[in-house]
Amino acid sequence: MWRGEYRFLLKNLILKDFRVRYRNMSLGVFWSLLNPLIMLGVYTFVFTRIFTTSTPHWAVFILCGMVPFNFFALAWSAGTTSMIDNASLIKRVPVPREIVPITSVLSNCLHLLIQIALLLLVAMLSGITANLTWIWLPVVWILEVIFVCGLALFFAAVNVYVRDTRYVVESATLVLFWLVPIIYDFSMIPPQYRDIYQYNPLAALILAMREILLSARPPSHVLLEKLAAVSLLSFSLGWMVFHRLKNRFYDYL
Amino acid sequence: MNVITCENVWKTFHRRTGQKLFRDHLASWFGGGGGGPHAFHALKGVSFQVADGESVAVIGSNGAGKSTLLSLVTGLTQPDRGSIRIRGRVAALLELGSGFHPDLTGRENIFLNAALLGFTEKQTRGMFDAIVDFSGVKDFIDEPLRTYSSGMGVRLAFSVAVNVDPDVLIVDEVLAVGDQDFQAKCHDRIRNFRRAGKTFLCVSHNKQVLLELCDRAVWLDHGEVVMCGKIEDVLEAYQGRAALPK
Repeated sequence: MWRGEYRFLLKNLILKDFRVRYRNMSLGVFWSLLNPLIMLGVYTFVFTRIFTTSTPHWAVFILCGMVPFNFFALAWSAGTTSMIDNASLIKRVPVPREIVPITSVLSNCLHLLIQIALLLLVAMLSGITANLTWIWLPVVWILEVIFVCGLALFFAAVNVYVRDTRYVVESATLVLFWLVPIIYDFSMIPPQYRDIYQYNPLAALILAMREILLSARPPSHVLLEKLAAVSLLSFSLGWMVFHRLKNRFYDYL
Repeated sequence: MNVITCENVWKTFHRRTGQKLFRDHLASWFGGGGGGPHAFHALKGVSFQVADGESVAVIGSNGAGKSTLLSLVTGLTQPDRGSIRIRGRVAALLELGSGFHPDLTGRENIFLNAALLGFTEKQTRGMFDAIVDFSGVKDFIDEPLRTYSSGMGVRLAFSVAVNVDPDVLIVDEVLAVGDQDFQAKCHDRIRNFRRAGKTFLCVSHNKQVLLELCDRAVWLDHGEVVMCGKIEDVLEAYQGRAALPK
């Protein structure tokens, strides 16, 4: 039915999200920097003054966990509520519905890029020099975006029918913060739990980033393959479920 | 040649939709759903055709199923039974300003709305000035929409929409927009559209507008077609309905 230009539509929807989010704030885009900086300050206080940590490059270590996690949590929850937030569009304009959750994930990418810039800046300030393994960073990031798009499609579709879904997502995010190696290292996990961690794509991403930035090693093939497989699986599953459920969106919104 | 063909179209909504519980969903997914005590039939076997170049009005009292019918023809939702076939490119104007955001400026809203309506970036740039001229809000085009008067906002929304050049234009009760001058401009635009041989389907409660812009009418009542025919005849029958025994 709708025969417009996807790129133009996507661009305008993302611009809308971005403008609406930042226009009325006096600090604007700086919030994207301020938030991780404040959290970094708090963690640094807790882990260097209360607990003592011997992790080298502490700031880079913690940002490697926080930046992907923040993106994941924000994009997942924004994606989940995206169909309801845009109900007036869904009910009145015959745009392809898939574009709505995908837009909400992609508009969080702008936020993400700012935080990645901060992470790389902190890395260089703490004495890590840019090197060739850094070319793996965009690869793992793109895989994460694909993974989150799949989650967003799935949960956005389900949330139209079962409105409690968003609260499930919010609680899951809180739990995940502790179950993903953000404030601790993969090597601190007792061996019997490690296998479970390996299947968590978010944990895999954080692990890959620490390998790249802290050890200057490219992520292992097994890890990359797992990450790619889970991302593609998540996307195709999300897409299929969304496709299956979208015919009745109009009736339930 | 028919541009719009509706055959025995049924559409059912579920009254408890709003707070449907998880177990109801499970039951309807695994048990096939359908019917049930909470089903509400918005359309019950509606059939009608619109020929190429024709202009047809859908009339009826509130809740008769007019808007549901337009949503189905637009492709926003699918019928539960029956079929709807459309030939050509459809543009629908079901609600003014859906997709407008109060924090965006007039200019940004024009681009966003044009993208939503299916225009390309090039087309949008090409018709931008025409849209702004038509709306008459040129001085405020870089101000946020929330600073506009309600009349100005609606005029801007309508200006984007009337620049759509589809084969079929579907309009739901949005023709009574703005002041008299602006309405005259809108009606002119729709007359030109009709003169170009395009097809027009609308819902309106305004008799004058209907007589002026439409050839035929479909009268819906409680989801069923009561009458279908020349606009004058249907309107006359519709207005005399109170006198009819139920």
